[in-house]
Amino acid sequence: MTSGPTGEPAPAVLVEVIGLTKRFGEIDVLKEVDLSVRVGEKVAIIGPSGSGKTTLLRCIAHLERPTSGHVAIGGERIGEKLVNARWREMSDREIARIRTGIGMVFQRFNLFPHLTALENVMLGPTRVLKYSRAEAEPLARGLLRKVGLAHKAADYPEKLSGGQQQRVAIARSLAMQPRLMLFDEATSALDPELIGEVLNVMRDLARDGMTMLVVTHEMKFAEDVADRVVFMDHGRIVEEGRPHELFRSPSHPRTQAFLRAVVDRQAMTETPAS
Amino acid sequence: MSACLTVWGLLPVLLLGAVATAEITAGAFVLAALIGMTLAVAQRLHWYPLRIAIAIYVDVFRAVPVLTQLFIIYFGLTEIGIRLDPLPSAIVGFGINGGAYLTEVFRAGLESIHQGQMEAAQMLGMTRLTALRIVILPQAVRVVLPPLGNFAIGLLKDTALASAVAAPELMFRARTLVDKTFLATQIFTTAAAIYLAMSLPLGYLTRQAEARFSRGRR
Repeated sequence: MTSGPTGEPAPAVLVEVIGLTKRFGEIDVLKEVDLSVRVGEKVAIIGPSGSGKTTLLRCIAHLERPTSGHVAIGGERIGEKLVNARWREMSDREIARIRTGIGMVFQRFNLFPHLTALENVMLGPTRVLKYSRAEAEPLARGLLRKVGLAHKAADYPEKLSGGQQQRVAIARSLAMQPRLMLFDEATSALDPELIGEVLNVMRDLARDGMTMLVVTHEMKFAEDVADRVVFMDHGRIVEEGRPHELFRSPSHPRTQAFLRAVVDRQAMTETPAS
Repeated sequence: MSACLTVWGLLPVLLLGAVATAEITAGAFVLAALIGMTLAVAQRLHWYPLRIAIAIYVDVFRAVPVLTQLFIIYFGLTEIGIRLDPLPSAIVGFGINGGAYLTEVFRAGLESIHQGQMEAAQMLGMTRLTALRIVILPQAVRVVLPPLGNFAIGLLKDTALASAVAAPELMFRARTLVDKTFLATQIFTTAAAIYLAMSLPLGYLTRQAEARFSRGRR
């Protein structure tokens, strides 16, 4: 066990990705990726589109089955289990059980359009955790309050702005009391003026100590919130490090090129506003 | 004039037939919808033997005339010791035949729901089956309501075929009365009016149901 600078033992590893390869047809989207995330750690994953960031997140959630390698959550492999000394595929039910501990926020929100905001948040607790309505409703209302949407509880998703929908989606994930939150470009589908409200909710969550894996194009957010930034390109982790180190002095030429391109673009979009 | 009065006198018999028509329609519709919904969901569970069996069922039962299926159920099954009365025969026959069509209707409905809905439900810890049942199906039902309404109206009219297996439905009653009274025009026109009176509300009900299921949607 490694220890921190203060001599206290470092927190346990929550997510362990080992030798993860994912092939779609002829294309290796992920190539032998290794990554581990400790309890309470916030890791930002950045990189150009098509670099495998989203696929990595989806493999961790087992929405994609790895071609080889594996993912373990809290020491338990997701998707396969040891039976008579051989790794066998898990049943849908067993995978579902592990997923209750993982929250995932999607680029397109994926709220259930036929349910109100409150019903969206209550669905997991009532249907999966078997809470009664009386137990689930205060929990759901509390979470809607936490994301600043208590007054929208009775609204259907189509009545909400993109930013509001994404905040409800975050509340919906939190209702399952997950120990890990995955954010898949949570702000990429939003109008620029709505991005801030979602990032603020994510900041609060980080402050509360949630373990977070965040695929993002928001470099400022990554720099402020992440303990570690991982840069991916062509299906590999090219470089990782503390945010200020990676952003200020990236060592790999690809990271340098990517950051230069992104910083130029963000500077251009930010100048007129300020 | 006297013909009108005669038809008026025969109306109760025709209405009795209409009740049987409604029973066959309702029974077969419920059966077909249950079959269609169940099989469409089962198809999406990625279990190959089941998927192939369902595909065979759909292809076979769509390809054989419903009249032939009714004959097989009513006359054919007696030979292997299963004897169904005309009315249950008709319900089973139309139900199984309709189930093949509705499997396809529900399949299209389920496929119209974005994959992200399934993934979001799975990430809340639901199994695929639970997600299909709780999240996907309620949304798909809204999509399939118009074809479901079409199916119900078509079914109502097709039940006239059940007269061929002596089910005492509207056309069976009408034909029996015409044989006795020779008032073909009056009796068949009256039967047509009764069919119309039953079909039109079905269209209205479908639109009502659509409005109800559209909550949360434009």
